[in-house]
Amino acid sequence: MKKQSPQIDIEKVAKLANLALKAEEKATFQKQLEEIINYVSQLGNIDTDNVEPIGHITGLENITRSDEAGPSLSQEDALLNAPKTHNGFFKVDAILEE
Amino acid sequence: MNYEPVIGLEVHVELYTKSKMFCACSADYFGEEPNTHTCPVCLGLPGALPSPNQQAIDWCLEIGLALGTKIANSSKFDRKNYFYPDLAKGYQISQYDLPFCSGGEVTLTNGKKIRITRAHMEEDTGKLTHAKVDGKSVSLIDFNRSGVPLVEIVTEPDFENAREVVEYLKKLQQTVRYLGVSQADMEKGDMRLEPNISLRKKGQKDLPDYKVEVKNINSFKFVEKAINFEISRQAKILDVGELPVQETRGWNEQKNATVSQRSKEEAHDYRYFPEPDIPPFTFTKEQIEKLTKKTPELPAAKLERFKKDYQLSQYDAEILTRDLSSADYFEEATYAGKEAGLTPKQVANIIINKKPDIANILPATLIKNYIAANQTAPVDKTKLEKAIDEVLAQNQKAVEDYKSGKENALMFLLGAVMKKIATKLDANLLKSKLQERLK
Amino acid sequence: MLDISDLTIEKAQKLIASKQIKALELTDAYFKRAVKLNPIINSFITITGDAARDQAKKIDDLIANKQPISPLAGIPIGIKDIFSTKGIKTTAASKVLEDYIPPYDATVVTKLKDANAVILGKTNLDAWAHGASGENSDFGAAKNPYDLERVPGGSSSGSASATAANQVLAATSTDTGGSTRQPASFCNVVGLKPTYGRVSRYGTVAMASSLDTMGHITKTIYDNALMLNTTAGYDPMDATSSTKKSEDYTKDIEKVPKGLKLGLPKEYIDGLDDKIKNVITSAAKKLEKLGVKIVEVSLPYTKYGVATYYIIQPAEVSSNLARYDGIRYGNKRDAFGPEAKRRIILGTFTLSAGYYDAYYLKAMKVRRLIRDDFINAFKEVDALICPVSPTLPFKLGEKASDPLSMYLADIYTVNINLAGVPALTVPAGFVDDPSTSSGQVLPVGMQIIGPDFSEKLLYQIGYAYEQETKWYETKPKL
Repeated sequence: MKKQSPQIDIEKVAKLANLALKAEEKATFQKQLEEIINYVSQLGNIDTDNVEPIGHITGLENITRSDEAGPSLSQEDALLNAPKTHNGFFKVDAILEE
Repeated sequence: MNYEPVIGLEVHVELYTKSKMFCACSADYFGEEPNTHTCPVCLGLPGALPSPNQQAIDWCLEIGLALGTKIANSSKFDRKNYFYPDLAKGYQISQYDLPFCSGGEVTLTNGKKIRITRAHMEEDTGKLTHAKVDGKSVSLIDFNRSGVPLVEIVTEPDFENAREVVEYLKKLQQTVRYLGVSQADMEKGDMRLEPNISLRKKGQKDLPDYKVEVKNINSFKFVEKAINFEISRQAKILDVGELPVQETRGWNEQKNATVSQRSKEEAHDYRYFPEPDIPPFTFTKEQIEKLTKKTPELPAAKLERFKKDYQLSQYDAEILTRDLSSADYFEEATYAGKEAGLTPKQVANIIINKKPDIANILPATLIKNYIAANQTAPVDKTKLEKAIDEVLAQNQKAVEDYKSGKENALMFLLGAVMKKIATKLDANLLKSKLQERLK
Repeated sequence: MLDISDLTIEKAQKLIASKQIKALELTDAYFKRAVKLNPIINSFITITGDAARDQAKKIDDLIANKQPISPLAGIPIGIKDIFSTKGIKTTAASKVLEDYIPPYDATVVTKLKDANAVILGKTNLDAWAHGASGENSDFGAAKNPYDLERVPGGSSSGSASATAANQVLAATSTDTGGSTRQPASFCNVVGLKPTYGRVSRYGTVAMASSLDTMGHITKTIYDNALMLNTTAGYDPMDATSSTKKSEDYTKDIEKVPKGLKLGLPKEYIDGLDDKIKNVITSAAKKLEKLGVKIVEVSLPYTKYGVATYYIIQPAEVSSNLARYDGIRYGNKRDAFGPEAKRRIILGTFTLSAGYYDAYYLKAMKVRRLIRDDFINAFKEVDALICPVSPTLPFKLGEKASDPLSMYLADIYTVNINLAGVPALTVPAGFVDDPSTSSGQVLPVGMQIIGPDFSEKLLYQIGYAYEQETKWYETKPKL
């Protein structure tokens, strides 16, 4: 990890995160997040060369269920909270696709 | 053409489990009413958690073993993060750096080996359809398919033409059907493929600096068309000294062409990280051995055995092992045929020529019917000899003709004997008898 | 009118079982108090009077028919509004989910319903459980019943304030980085952060999956153990829930194991505010008088806890909040509040190409070192005692503008989540705050931390201390 913590490209990251930020939000976040990144970058000082990342804390392995089908929600319940539906489908504005 | 195509394949095989990958919703969604096979898990409702399907994992490993891959000692699921309206959770549970299976190969009939990079487990997305509602263009989403188990099989860029790709696909289809883990019906979307295609100068060793991925190929018919279209499209671009754009294109059936999919072109950064909701997996030698033992005889092994044990030609053996049901049918029919004095080769001919309805006619019945239809009534030997004598005497001209080399004359005499006897005879037997007499 | 001011689950249960009161009377009394105080404290986002009354009547019928009833039967409880409740709005205190009605119950809710507890309402929180003050709620901050100008802590702000204000006898909570323990400390109530995997996470809106635990807040230790008796256990719907059998946590709660040795981690004491330090050291002395041996221990990686936590947690948050796209339920993503947006951006950044190894992967390595700290400490001692928060309950609005300083206040709680071990917040006294008018005192809690699945031991230690101190009897003046 570099001593100089990286600049966050808020525009790009917000797009990846599917968030539309207002200009003032961008400015505030830029400053706050750089402070936070700067703070968390101190981990770079710890020698972890021989440390295995922890993965799952429980130590559990191979947790599965058997292949049995159970009841599903009714179509009505599945669509109950949807803002827009049509003939049993969820509806969104057209996704542009060739 | 001065170029050599470099083609790699990603194939998604939808498994035929009873329930979905991470929930108990029925995975048998084809043709069902939209959004009737969903639950909090596969709809991505707040708070729902995945619960992995053991059968799906076993089947993924079985596919891996059939393709000669190595099963990972330890493995895990990862989250692949991206936004799309058919992706309920905003991430797909998939596998990133530790797939269940890696490093195998498939041999084509020309002897060429196609290297399998990996086979991993993931979940399917919902299905988007585009429609006009009240004059407005909209997209409609059905989450019945969301969470159905998929195995993604990735090859190295080892294919040089569409023919090789098709052969590989057919082999793969045959294999998963033999394993009984997928219907592998391309038209139904059980098997989906995404070739990545690029061209390099003949003799060049390095991989080209670009590749084009083609999606939406949903039948064998289009595999060849799409690949050949891409090859000539890219060749034209290279011919004028330019480099084709690295992009995703879709096969458009109406236009008979691949078309750029700009909407999917945004720079992807999937931000993979280990799925915290699912503990990791370890596979011991014993577990893998158990699965190997469970694995049925695969197409290539069966073909070799048919050739060896039944003395079949490559051609016959290929036809009979194309799918498991006809191979099994042949073997059962051979058993029944043996009792009726038929050789495996004869049984193979019967099946290949008669194309019996194997779903409805039992192999033993097929043999019985065949024997009955070709039954030669026992004919009194002296009566037969007498008839032959008479025919030969009455048809001196034909006898002469035969002796002077006219093969047709024999058939004429044969017919005459049949007519005289007026019972069905084994034509081959009679033929050899006549030949004997006319020596 | 029934006097409920001194009730605990333990007492109420005896009254119901001996038919001295009806479950409906109890529910009505708590319902009235909840409704009366809510405009002042804002503990609840939703109060479910009719459903609660129906449930109470059902329990009275069971008792009338001499059916066996569980210890939680008829007990009015709150459910943090982040646990899915079938047919009852579940908002996570965010505008994104302001109208969302789940078609299913979280496992914890199912278990509590099966035990015939009476759900009185959904309690307030920092939106998505992001915060330590309750001020990030999109439906107004909850207040601290001990000083209405102060925060009750967070994120389980409403669960702590409702229990402290006796609007309910208990409330569920979650704890990802201190969200149960810190508000319990600020409100003089008992809060449990169970071992990761001890209580099913299924159906609770996920914050950071590898850190989330499902706790609860009660007035007393015994009540807390009763709640865990119901909520603990393996759940096939949560692949990370432990297959280890749960215990009867109330059995032998009054017995402290002989020769018990507790550790005071020096990293949690050095530099601590004097007033809070006094509370912790006098608590330690109390325990010594009870025959417990206290020694100093060291958890050297403690100082890296907040940095590690604020990498792992936002990364998982960014992925867990991706499902909120306004298509299947809820409002669009612009309805997220600033704290959620901040964490989504931060987590998206640290997971993005080129940064994953330096941040997320690095943090997962340091996380192991932090867990090893605890494992090593538990080779020397049976459990640890330490403060919960470096500060007293602070004034509403006092810290809201500086996210980093808010995050730094999680210093004594996040390491426990990173390690996965259980911890119990126990009321440990009151101190006066110079900035308040004379006579005003503020609660301080302490944490008892144990090895994986040591909840029973934590309750035994907590119970012994509680019997000596009875801080829970000091009620807020409302």
